[in-house]
Amino acid sequence: MRHQSLHRLTEPIIDQNPITRQILGICSALAVTTSMATALTMSVALTVVLTSSSIIISMIRGHLPSSIRLVMQITIIASLVIVVDQLLKAYLFELSQRLSIFVGLIVTNCVVLGRAEGFAMHHPPWQSFMDGLGNGLGYSLILLMVAAIRELAGTGELFGYVIFRTTEAGGAFVPFELMLLAPSAFFIIGGLIWLIRSIRPRQVDPVEFPLCPHSSGGNS
Amino acid sequence: MADLNPISYWEKLLALPNDSRRKTIFVAVVVSLVCAGLVSFTSVVLRPLHEKNLQQERERQMAEMIAALPGLATVLTDAGATRLEVRVVELATGVVAADMDPADYDYEARQTDPTSTDIIPEADDVAGISRRPRLAPVYLVRDGTNLVLVVLPIYGRGYQSTIRAYLALEGDVSTIAALSIYQQGETPGLGSRISNADWLNNWRNLPAFGAEGEVQVEVVTGGAAQPFEVDALSGATRSSAGVSNMVRFWLGPSGFGPFLDHIRAGAQ
Repeated sequence: MRHQSLHRLTEPIIDQNPITRQILGICSALAVTTSMATALTMSVALTVVLTSSSIIISMIRGHLPSSIRLVMQITIIASLVIVVDQLLKAYLFELSQRLSIFVGLIVTNCVVLGRAEGFAMHHPPWQSFMDGLGNGLGYSLILLMVAAIRELAGTGELFGYVIFRTTEAGGAFVPFELMLLAPSAFFIIGGLIWLIRSIRPRQVDPVEFPLCPHSSGGNS
Repeated sequence: MADLNPISYWEKLLALPNDSRRKTIFVAVVVSLVCAGLVSFTSVVLRPLHEKNLQQERERQMAEMIAALPGLATVLTDAGATRLEVRVVELATGVVAADMDPADYDYEARQTDPTSTDIIPEADDVAGISRRPRLAPVYLVRDGTNLVLVVLPIYGRGYQSTIRAYLALEGDVSTIAALSIYQQGETPGLGSRISNADWLNNWRNLPAFGAEGEVQVEVVTGGAAQPFEVDALSGATRSSAGVSNMVRFWLGPSGFGPFLDHIRAGAQ
């Protein structure tokens, strides 16, 4: 039992990672990864929402009528998101300005509803907690990796501290400005997926519709 | 015989089959009430903190801009900080609304309220804000009795967000002393550079009005050739144009134009 719970926590970090394996939650991964500070705040916000929504939904799963279960899940998730957003605005005002609407958009993040509907509805609270936390950490890991690459290459800084002095500030580093635009996150996430699947070939999806072997001679 | 004991009533409801109509409505109501309570509670508890943050941010920006103006810091210390006056101005006529207490006027809330705004004709809506509030605050800095600075709060649409700024005019109300952008959500690293000090420094000492009193200050691409032109940021042409449009709108006849005319005529 203990081993199984731990497995729930560790599996989504790489093997079932919500971003690189299940390709969920991509939109926020593109939007908030221009700097480490925003990516970290977003990761913490999402992990908190995901973990608590998993626990709550798992606790009331026995009483959720199937006809309105999705509405109820969204209601719970949306309320948690609003609370987190309000807390950020009160205590981390400057960061919340930079994250603008993306914390609010956690509601529509497929990872959260996906885990609620796919896991928490069928498992007890403790396992749902581990699963929510694991998925949150997996999401955070990818977000922070992408943000580290983008911020370092795009501005020469990490968490706002200068690592490479840019030419504008009298150094030798020419910022790679493409890294600050959304498409670069696609390239980096694509590269990460390729990297993970080359190291762990088990993750490669089987070909759904294999091509027929080429028949020689044609049809004439 | 109705069961009036709330605990056993609650238990009876919970024991109903999940897909019965009564249980569905019961669960929906309970979950909604709990969620609504949670959201309202946080919102009410945290509201003073939110307002404090916004207020601090606004004051910081204002102080930053005024402190950065050459020679102004000394004027302020000599004259005492009390010389910064806030007035609420009726935009259409340019007259100060004497019966309004500026401290009670929530400008940002009034900007979207249909009862306190007028629709701007599309041809005049340079700043892309569609509605213009009837009343707007202005800040006047005096040295003794001389007007040394008029600060106008302005806003307009950028590339993907509303840009908010303070525009400071010198006492002659025809020279732009400084521009300070305190809120924008433009593309990080590109459009967001409009609030960098480097670019805002270009907005110093610009003759805002031409010989006929028309607004001539403008953001141009490809290098500023005239003293009233500001070079746009490369890679952020549309954000730069948004700032340009917003300044031109608020200095023009639909914005603070009538008020500035009053000052020129010596009414203030």
